[in-house]
Amino acid sequence: MKVAVMVTCINDSMFPDTGKSVFRLLRRLGVDADFPEAQTCCAQPMVNTGYLDEAVPVVRTFVDAFAGYDAIVTPSGSCAGSARHQHAIVARRAGDERLAEAGPRVYELSEFLVDVLGVSDVGAYFPHRVTYHPTCHSLRMLRVGEKPLRLLRAVRGLDLIELPAAEECCGFGGTFAVKNAETSTAIGADKARHVRATGAEVLVAGDNSCLLHIGGMLSRERTGVRVMHLADVLASTEEDA
Amino acid sequence: MSATFVGMPAFPVAAREALADSQLRRNLEHATHTIRAKRAAVVGEVDEWEELRLAGAAIKDNTLLHLDEYLLQLEESLQARGVTVHWARDAREACDVVARIAQTHGVDEIVKVKSMVTQEIGLNEALAAQGIVAWETDLAELIVQLGDDLPSHILVPAIHRNRAEIREIFRRRMAAAGRPAPENLSDEPAELAAAARLHLREKFLRAKMAVSGANFAVAESGTLVVVESEGNGRMCLTLPEVLVSVVGIEKVVPTFADLDVFLQLLPRSSTGERMNPYTSTWTGIAPGDGPQEMHVVLLDNGRTRALADDVGRQALRCIRCSACLNVCPVYERTGGHAYGSVYPGPIGAILNPLLKGVGVDEQTDSLPYASSLCGACFDACPVRIDIPEVLVHLRTKVVDAHREGPPKAEAVAMKSASWVLSDARRLGFAERGLGVASKVLDRVGRRVLPGGRRALGRLPWPGSLWTNARDVPAPPAESFRAWWRKGGRP
Repeated sequence: MKVAVMVTCINDSMFPDTGKSVFRLLRRLGVDADFPEAQTCCAQPMVNTGYLDEAVPVVRTFVDAFAGYDAIVTPSGSCAGSARHQHAIVARRAGDERLAEAGPRVYELSEFLVDVLGVSDVGAYFPHRVTYHPTCHSLRMLRVGEKPLRLLRAVRGLDLIELPAAEECCGFGGTFAVKNAETSTAIGADKARHVRATGAEVLVAGDNSCLLHIGGMLSRERTGVRVMHLADVLASTEEDA
Repeated sequence: MSATFVGMPAFPVAAREALADSQLRRNLEHATHTIRAKRAAVVGEVDEWEELRLAGAAIKDNTLLHLDEYLLQLEESLQARGVTVHWARDAREACDVVARIAQTHGVDEIVKVKSMVTQEIGLNEALAAQGIVAWETDLAELIVQLGDDLPSHILVPAIHRNRAEIREIFRRRMAAAGRPAPENLSDEPAELAAAARLHLREKFLRAKMAVSGANFAVAESGTLVVVESEGNGRMCLTLPEVLVSVVGIEKVVPTFADLDVFLQLLPRSSTGERMNPYTSTWTGIAPGDGPQEMHVVLLDNGRTRALADDVGRQALRCIRCSACLNVCPVYERTGGHAYGSVYPGPIGAILNPLLKGVGVDEQTDSLPYASSLCGACFDACPVRIDIPEVLVHLRTKVVDAHREGPPKAEAVAMKSASWVLSDARRLGFAERGLGVASKVLDRVGRRVLPGGRRALGRLPWPGSLWTNARDVPAPPAESFRAWWRKGGRP
């Protein structure tokens, strides 16, 4: 099986460590994955803001970059959802069926680990009090269900605390976060309050975009809670501790 | 009663006001969470809930596909039972029909069953302009009407009010509208309801004409259905001599048996009850019993426009249960008024633009963006309206409607982003720029985030839209791409 990693534009430019974690993790599990250098973005920011014409060349780049790979793994439920559910809309707009071609081969990281590789215990070690936020698109678009929690429960040393009202949105919502900034942060404030209530040291999620928002609020409120991507936790071993 | 949604500002501006009202935020949080939990409990006990949802969606889709035939069948069934049928293209035509009937009978007041559609067409205001007073008889609508207020929820229009506020409205305003509130009225719900009961009873017994909407209209039999909790609707439907029902054309269902599905879906989704206390059905005129003159006004008012939209038409399945409002993270914080319509929340964010059309006014165009696309509304919807899908579709229509003329800052930003993100070399170049900036910003960043990265404080506009309430980490010195290129391997 030829596996590519779609690092995503936000991880590439703002959270490169998460991209590195995905490769470390996959290598440890015996998967020799590629980073096709022609990759850029899934085009979700354009599609979800209504700029379909602007999404067309971005999706074309996506499809070209990942041509020939059997599985495209990404550390983002939202970007996976965008590729799987929205590239077809862009393809219709462009009148080019080829643009919908890559979507079905995209897996969110926890789906790839649990469904494709069939592992729950990835051999990670992370001795911290952790709470987990199941991001909306992983939860309600991809329906990843318990998969991320199964992976976290198998991490040695990790103390998993249930997040109250976990399934409620954090308020990020892509460009919603700036187009309706006050509403976005009002929702985020409640999410941050629930995170604080757990007493966890680390908030984990499968999307750095949501974590950019929740983490930004937790930092502004000086809570001392760290936000980390699921991939960064799963990549950690005794050597890192 | 001069309150109106006309001239409301765009959603982000209207929301700001609501977000600043801490009493409103508390009222909304309490109310939405209470209904949400009740709904989840009674939906959870139906094993075949998903099958019911699929059936509800299928019945509605089939009806919408053959809407012309079912509407003509409905008209025929109604006429056969002695009901006069009127067709109204828009709000004004519908209001004119109702006013004309009132004038024919020389009445200067009517009683109303709680109805969304008569609010949509601004019936009370239109009648008032003709010197006819329309009394709301649903308890929550009465609170809104007496308070010269606007509804903020489909099912619980006074959801933004708590009981202390309601007592004040009753004490100050009831006397001017009829029987005054009793002395020493407390804010106990039972006492408030009793005060409303006494006040309303006089109106029921006096009224010569009633106006209702309908939850469903059965084509094969001409049966209209009103689903309610209080019984005040039934008073209106049975006591007056003349009954006028304003019905949106999407309310038609083919057969009486179809009600089986919807009367299970609706109460569990709306009030979180297994069954609602009152379901009134009436099939034309029964000689000597109830209203002896009946009219049905079949209303379009944008519904055929919505029907013509191949993605958006699923919104016409809506049975006005308001489950989507109660689970929506945006609605929970802003309340209904920010949506500037009698249809607030997720369904309002798609229904208003579909009924009115986009590209005409800024307020309507702002509604499809009033969502984080979290998808909770779709999961809660009893007729499986994929609201996030329609929201994204309508955003595209909004953008397309503005492609002519001078581009907004957002359009320029999106075009630039598209240019950068459609070529990896361009993205790599932009990331190198971020890397250079990081060397400067890293020094400016005053705080260290847990984990070791520096945080940037408040940025100038447009960065301020983010940093007014959120920190942001300084960009990394090196992108993933640059690291990989250098031969970086884990």
